[in-house]
Amino acid sequence: MATRDQALAVPKVHAGRFEALRRRPVALAVLGLGLVAVSLVAGIAAGSVAVPPEDTIAILGRRLLGLDLPVTWTPAAETIVVDLRLPRVLTAMLVGIGLSVAGATFQGLLRNPLADPYVLGTASGAGLGAAIAVLIPVRIAIFDFGLLHAFAFVGALLAVGVVYRLSRVGGLAPLTSLLLTGYAVGSLLAAGLAMAMYLSGAGLRQIFGYLLGGFDAATWPSLVAAAPLVIGGFIVVLARARVLNGFLLGEEAAAHLGIDVPRQRLILLAAGSLVTAACVAVSGLIGFVGLVIPHVVRLLVGPNARAVLPLSAIYGAALLAAADLLARLVGEIPIGVVTAVVGAPFFLFLLRRTRTGYEL
Amino acid sequence: MTAANAAAANADPAANADPASAASAETVPAAAISLRDVSVAYGGRRVLRNVDLDVAAGERVALLGPNGAGKSTLLRVVAGLLVPDEGDVLLGGEPVGGLDRSAVARRLAVVPQQAVLPFATRVEEVVALGRLPHEDPFRGPRDGDRAAIAAAIERVGLTDLVGRDARELSLGERQLVLVGLAVAQAAPILALDEPTVHLDLRHRVEVMQLIRDLNERDGTTVLAVLHDLGLAAHFFSRLVVLDAGRIVADGPPAEVLAPARVQAVFGVDPAIVGLAAL
Repeated sequence: MATRDQALAVPKVHAGRFEALRRRPVALAVLGLGLVAVSLVAGIAAGSVAVPPEDTIAILGRRLLGLDLPVTWTPAAETIVVDLRLPRVLTAMLVGIGLSVAGATFQGLLRNPLADPYVLGTASGAGLGAAIAVLIPVRIAIFDFGLLHAFAFVGALLAVGVVYRLSRVGGLAPLTSLLLTGYAVGSLLAAGLAMAMYLSGAGLRQIFGYLLGGFDAATWPSLVAAAPLVIGGFIVVLARARVLNGFLLGEEAAAHLGIDVPRQRLILLAAGSLVTAACVAVSGLIGFVGLVIPHVVRLLVGPNARAVLPLSAIYGAALLAAADLLARLVGEIPIGVVTAVVGAPFFLFLLRRTRTGYEL
Repeated sequence: MTAANAAAANADPAANADPASAASAETVPAAAISLRDVSVAYGGRRVLRNVDLDVAAGERVALLGPNGAGKSTLLRVVAGLLVPDEGDVLLGGEPVGGLDRSAVARRLAVVPQQAVLPFATRVEEVVALGRLPHEDPFRGPRDGDRAAIAAAIERVGLTDLVGRDARELSLGERQLVLVGLAVAQAAPILALDEPTVHLDLRHRVEVMQLIRDLNERDGTTVLAVLHDLGLAAHFFSRLVVLDAGRIVADGPPAEVLAPARVQAVFGVDPAIVGLAAL
């Protein structure tokens, strides 16, 4: 038995720099959770009114954990921390979890390294929904969850629904058909969005602000509305890590490995789409996180979805919280700019690294 | 065969002592695969016509035929991925349509011609996929699974490839990795879809020797779709020839690959493909 373990544990070739990390997903998770904690405190403490980190931690300990700590801060500081910055940072983390998990799901399901959460038309659907909400002259808001958010959510889900239905018509393989249909429907919706922006007049700025994405509008109610969808979808996908692993060698191979392919494909698509729709509804369109984070994690620990999904969630949360902090410190620039500036060069590096094709 | 392989072979029964193998010993009766009067049509075209085929447990059968004869369709029917329009398909004595996918995968491992990986995946990670039908959906692989993966790696002779990205291997090595995956699956029946089609001569013989070895030493039932008549005749004692969806011959190589039949079914002179001696 000892010789067998050695055969697995001591690869004779390609023992690269990341070898130690690859076999220690738990250590990576602990490191990631540390980063999440640091970005939580830093994200709450920093801003136009700085709250000292020790006060931030004490306020959080008092309000969230019910610890009996002496009050050394002003009521204004507590309001800033609890009512303004905490929901914002938590929303950033939630969206980071959602987009990273949805990205890992779609990449695994569609077996395409270039897939991201928006690949099946979600982005254009949400954008068009938001634009329509701005254009119609009715204003209603229920629990701060305005018409724009609701329309964006519905638009994203409708877009995926249409893509899924249309992809089932015709003779193409299901996955190829999904990708191509997603591209076609996405293009059509993007045209509708461009037209809506052209017609929007004074509403243009609001539509544009939504498309750039950000967390400045984050509130407790919108966080509470989105969290069950994102966390629930995450759990549904995580429970199917085995299925995503089976898809590594293709749908036919997955079926031979004991996976009910049509059923599991539909469940994963629905869960990934719901998570994405919840994210775009609260934060607008934020790029690169969902594409890049799963790839980084795979570079570190390999393609096993059991490790990729939770680590993507952790590092996605840390990255978006940190990116939002950076965006605020630089002067409320759109967070999409920050993620793109960080993500695009990294992605170029990744593309150069990728060798000839994806064949086994 | 290296000393390590021989040692692994000796240790194999222990590694394979999982519920699937134990169950197979009880539930797989004389016929591991049984097709009764099976017909399949795609869009009006009949791909399989009234096929009757029995493969006994522990048997090694090669399935031959020209392109479009229905060989791959037959494999998909056996695996339950395609429901025949008529007829019954039994896997280990039970109708394949009544088994869920995991139950089928614990009885039957299928080695594809080739597979495409979207992400960098190490050899041992590919082999590990063979344990998916045995894995608990929530707890993941256990010690028994890890032992089966290590045993499969040694059994197929992949030890030197551990740690390599499977996408960077030669075609022959990749095929061995896919066989390793099927071995890790520890199913009593192994089906292969043209496992040597992209390989050079040396790797063809290597893969065929491995298949023969899995059958003779480990008792795995083998049904292999093959293109190469010479290899099939050399490594298999029972050949089944499919032509236009019908089984036209079933028996030992000398009988099945009679010159007149090779000429009629494959449309080639048997002397050209080196079968004249049979």
